Amino acid sequence: MTAANTSLNSGKVALGGPLTRFLMNNPSTLLFIGLLALFTIVTTLLGEGLGIGVVSTSMVKTLGKTLCFCLVAIAMDLVWGFCGILSLGHFAFFGLGGYMIGMWLMYARTEIIVLKAGKAATMPMTPEEIRSAVGEQIFGVVGGSEFPLIWAFADSLFMQLLFVILVPGLLALVFGWLAFRSRVTGVYLSILTQAMTLALALYLFQNDSGLRGNNGLSGLQNLPGMESTPQALVSIWFLWASAFALGLGYLLVKLLVESKLGNVIRAIRDDESRVRFLGYNVEAYKLFIFVLSAVIAAIAGALYYPQAGIINPAEIAPIASIYLAVWVAIGGRGRLYGAVIGAAFVSLLSSWFTGGQIPDIQLGAYRIQWVNWWLVLLGLSFVATTLYAPQGLGGLFDHLSRKKGNPDG
Amino acid sequence: MLRILLTSLLLTWLGASAALAQTPASPSGFRELLQENFKLIQRSSVKTVGPLLSAIRDGKFEQGAEFLSKWEEKDVWYRKQDNRLFYVKPNAAKAYDLVDIETGEVTATAKKGDLRQIKPNSGVRAMLSAALVEFRLASSDPNIRRESLESISRNAKPEHLKALREAIAVETDADLKTRFGMIERLLAMQYGENTEVRVSAIQSFKESLGLEVRASLNPLLSTSIQHADKLPSGINLARVIVPGQTVLLDDGTTRKQTLIDRLFDRNVEMTVDEAYERLAGKNGLKEVVSREQRDAALVDNLDQGRVGGFNLADLDNENARNRAYRALADAGKVPSSPDGEEIADAVSNHVFYATYDESDKSVTDAARDTLGRINMAVRWNTYLDLFLDAISLASIYFLAAIGLAITFGVMRVINMAHGEFIMMGAYTGYVVQQFITNYTLSILVAIPMAFAVTFAAGVALERLVIRYLYNRPLETLLATFGISIALQQLAKNIFGTQARPLTAPDWLDGALVINDVVSISWIRIAIFALGTIFFAGLWWTLNKTRLGLETRAVVQNPRMAASMGINPDRINMLTFGLGSGIAGIAGVAIGLYAKVTSELGSDYIVQSFMTVVIGGVGNIWGTLAGAGLIGILQKLIENFNPSNTLAAQTYMIIFIIIFIQFRPRGLIALKGRAAEA
Repeated sequence: MTAANTSLNSGKVALGGPLTRFLMNNPSTLLFIGLLALFTIVTTLLGEGLGIGVVSTSMVKTLGKTLCFCLVAIAMDLVWGFCGILSLGHFAFFGLGGYMIGMWLMYARTEIIVLKAGKAATMPMTPEEIRSAVGEQIFGVVGGSEFPLIWAFADSLFMQLLFVILVPGLLALVFGWLAFRSRVTGVYLSILTQAMTLALALYLFQNDSGLRGNNGLSGLQNLPGMESTPQALVSIWFLWASAFALGLGYLLVKLLVESKLGNVIRAIRDDESRVRFLGYNVEAYKLFIFVLSAVIAAIAGALYYPQAGIINPAEIAPIASIYLAVWVAIGGRGRLYGAVIGAAFVSLLSSWFTGGQIPDIQLGAYRIQWVNWWLVLLGLSFVATTLYAPQGLGGLFDHLSRKKGNPDG
Repeated sequence: MLRILLTSLLLTWLGASAALAQTPASPSGFRELLQENFKLIQRSSVKTVGPLLSAIRDGKFEQGAEFLSKWEEKDVWYRKQDNRLFYVKPNAAKAYDLVDIETGEVTATAKKGDLRQIKPNSGVRAMLSAALVEFRLASSDPNIRRESLESISRNAKPEHLKALREAIAVETDADLKTRFGMIERLLAMQYGENTEVRVSAIQSFKESLGLEVRASLNPLLSTSIQHADKLPSGINLARVIVPGQTVLLDDGTTRKQTLIDRLFDRNVEMTVDEAYERLAGKNGLKEVVSREQRDAALVDNLDQGRVGGFNLADLDNENARNRAYRALADAGKVPSSPDGEEIADAVSNHVFYATYDESDKSVTDAARDTLGRINMAVRWNTYLDLFLDAISLASIYFLAAIGLAITFGVMRVINMAHGEFIMMGAYTGYVVQQFITNYTLSILVAIPMAFAVTFAAGVALERLVIRYLYNRPLETLLATFGISIALQQLAKNIFGTQARPLTAPDWLDGALVINDVVSISWIRIAIFALGTIFFAGLWWTLNKTRLGLETRAVVQNPRMAASMGINPDRINMLTFGLGSGIAGIAGVAIGLYAKVTSELGSDYIVQSFMTVVIGGVGNIWGTLAGAGLIGILQKLIENFNPSNTLAAQTYMIIFIIIFIQFRPRGLIALKGRAAEA
């Protein structure tokens, strides 16, 4: 680690040099990115879109969504595992990212439908007519037809992509600034973040929130203008995009936590007061990390929901964010690959168990149906992890690598 | 036959001189009376039917009411062969039983072809219903009198007033007499014979709160909007409307729209365009051509892909369409639309105003004054009602949060499974009710049972999990969350996903009604009482008992306490058990008014935490303050927009987030060393 820092800070090597050396010094990162690339290539070759079709399209989508979960888990690990802020509201940012991209997807697709229908009329449609027809299509379900102000830029992909970053980022900035400046820490902060995501979910549940209430935004899997492209292919594209985002996010966060800044935030996690006494502006560091992780979560959400096809406020409910913490805790905090393993392991296991693929167990007169007992199992294994394996699954790797005589992992 | 002929002759004469109508010859029996007037009943009209109705009323026939109502509902038939009147009901043999009107017995059967229905017209039906009311008001059965009184109050007509006054004079039942008097005054407001009667009837309601009174006063103040070149005199003017400028306030007055009105979406009563629409079409003022009309005209005048000098393809914006239409209008092909200036001119040359539909100014003045007072009184009572609601909501939050205040507040253990302890308590109550069917007894058993069950669960949780995590609060949070999802799913597996009832005893049903506006249900009062008892009991336990003393000692400094001979393990276990046990009792209370589901606890957990945080960690006074603040605040915000409780909760959480900025340690913060513990 120290070696990595020196090489980073020396900065005298040719362009691209520091990154290469960084990767050389952090074989785990190289390994991770290599595995991710391998996984993506194999899935592509096995998938229906471009490959031999062994893996179904819905499975490809599940894998792509899992990659997005891994990315948001990395964000969670950054803010919790490295900075010690247990945020129970990161799915609010995830969901907001999804809503922002969903607005464009829904608007653009509806506009295409409206324009097609408008060709039948004698006169070409005016912009006002197009807008009101699109509005009727989108908001008819909540008994409205007017576009709320927040949809002002919904027709522009660029603006909505910008909003994917700006809106959750701003929310995190304002919330974090308020929370950190008044030195809310520990469990208080956790409860406050939980309250934030609850407030957002409740707000979005209203029909006049401008985002279609509990109907949410739907039909997001259809890319505007690409109606003829089969979903099999679209799902592969999104798999690539998710894998690329995950790889980039992993690298970025790894670079960050291995830098000098990373040392400071780890120090904040371990003893905030001492860092403050040393003259660091603790609040600024925490705010930076909080906002950065919110933006990463939002990008993950923006990639997730076009694959899921629908987003509604229930996705933002506090329970989702707690599950996020569960993934990271089971995977092991403070090691990015732990978060990835935790998210992938638990979410895939969960969809496996609740998908009804596991045979029921006949226990005397009682039949154990895994759909019903999975959550009980998850809850108890979570307690066991916290009690007996606080390092999570990632701790296993530490254990193994220590046996090989490599204490640094 | 001769008799019928004679009667019909007599009736023709009666019909011709309706004003002079006399009571028809009074036969001895009801059936005879009806048969004598058969022609009149068969071809009844508003002009002719009056005397017969008077005869029925004056005869005080006991079958009269039934006959009148059946007649009104077109249920009276006659047999063609002898013109006899019957009620008819279908029988098993696909024919009809004929029911005698006087005796109510089935006297004969007939096929449908032999019968004819009597169909009174709508005017006659209205008279019948009025007569029916009078008939019933004079009934000897007080229940019938009361019923008919209520039907009058729902559907008042001028002719009821006289009947009512006659009925009051002879009414003996005191209760009913008051009610009669009240309805009489309500009717007199509208239909009184002169201004003084009406005004005094209106003013007699000054102290009243009832919806009924407000509903009767409002029509007196109904207005209609009119316009003229200048304000005429001799009208009962309600207000002058300046189009595009004045707003209508709740009390019926107007004022110029201010910035605040705009902020609160209070729009002008009439826009300039709306005003112009009232004027258009007359005095040479042009009709406004709507967007749809314009577009239709453009399509109609399409000529080889061009219209009004524009290519069709270029008409893809408003501006081009307007210009094309103007070109058409200039060419005289379509009527031209007035421009903004013409509209403004025309509107400013007129005065718009609203007049009361009631022409008597002293009546409308009195009505406005009385309604204003009533509305003021209602407003104050609504605030009182709101306050009571807030208190009861606060006591629910208090009950849900008080257990947390002990485990989180005193021990600093964050227990995410607290909500599930509440749920366990509620389910315990449900199970107890399966065995003990007496609701009062079952609740009395359920409360200690719920305490015992959740106390045991709490102790088990503390022993098995929490004591290993005392120095790692964030991990406690996660571990207890694991417990929470496991418990929730377990409850789902055992009790299913549908809601289970926890029935309150009869004596908790209903509400304490203070007046027309203020009422509070007994269950909420009971929950308030329970909350109070808990607060007192807990305060006493923590401050006056040995256990409380030891708890406080362990909280402040576990090692020092241990060296004084206190066993911190035991104290932690007992305190955690106590907090969990209280959650169980809260569960029984909450289950009484909410449905018991496995999600019962998670509905309250975030609010409970916020109650504790807002109030200040570490003492139960803080929880009380926090619950009070959140309860009152939530009801206040709900009051701004009652249809939207979701928004109220959203705004409340935002308020709490901001509140924490200013008092990060809550309303009642511990000071000194205890604060560092």
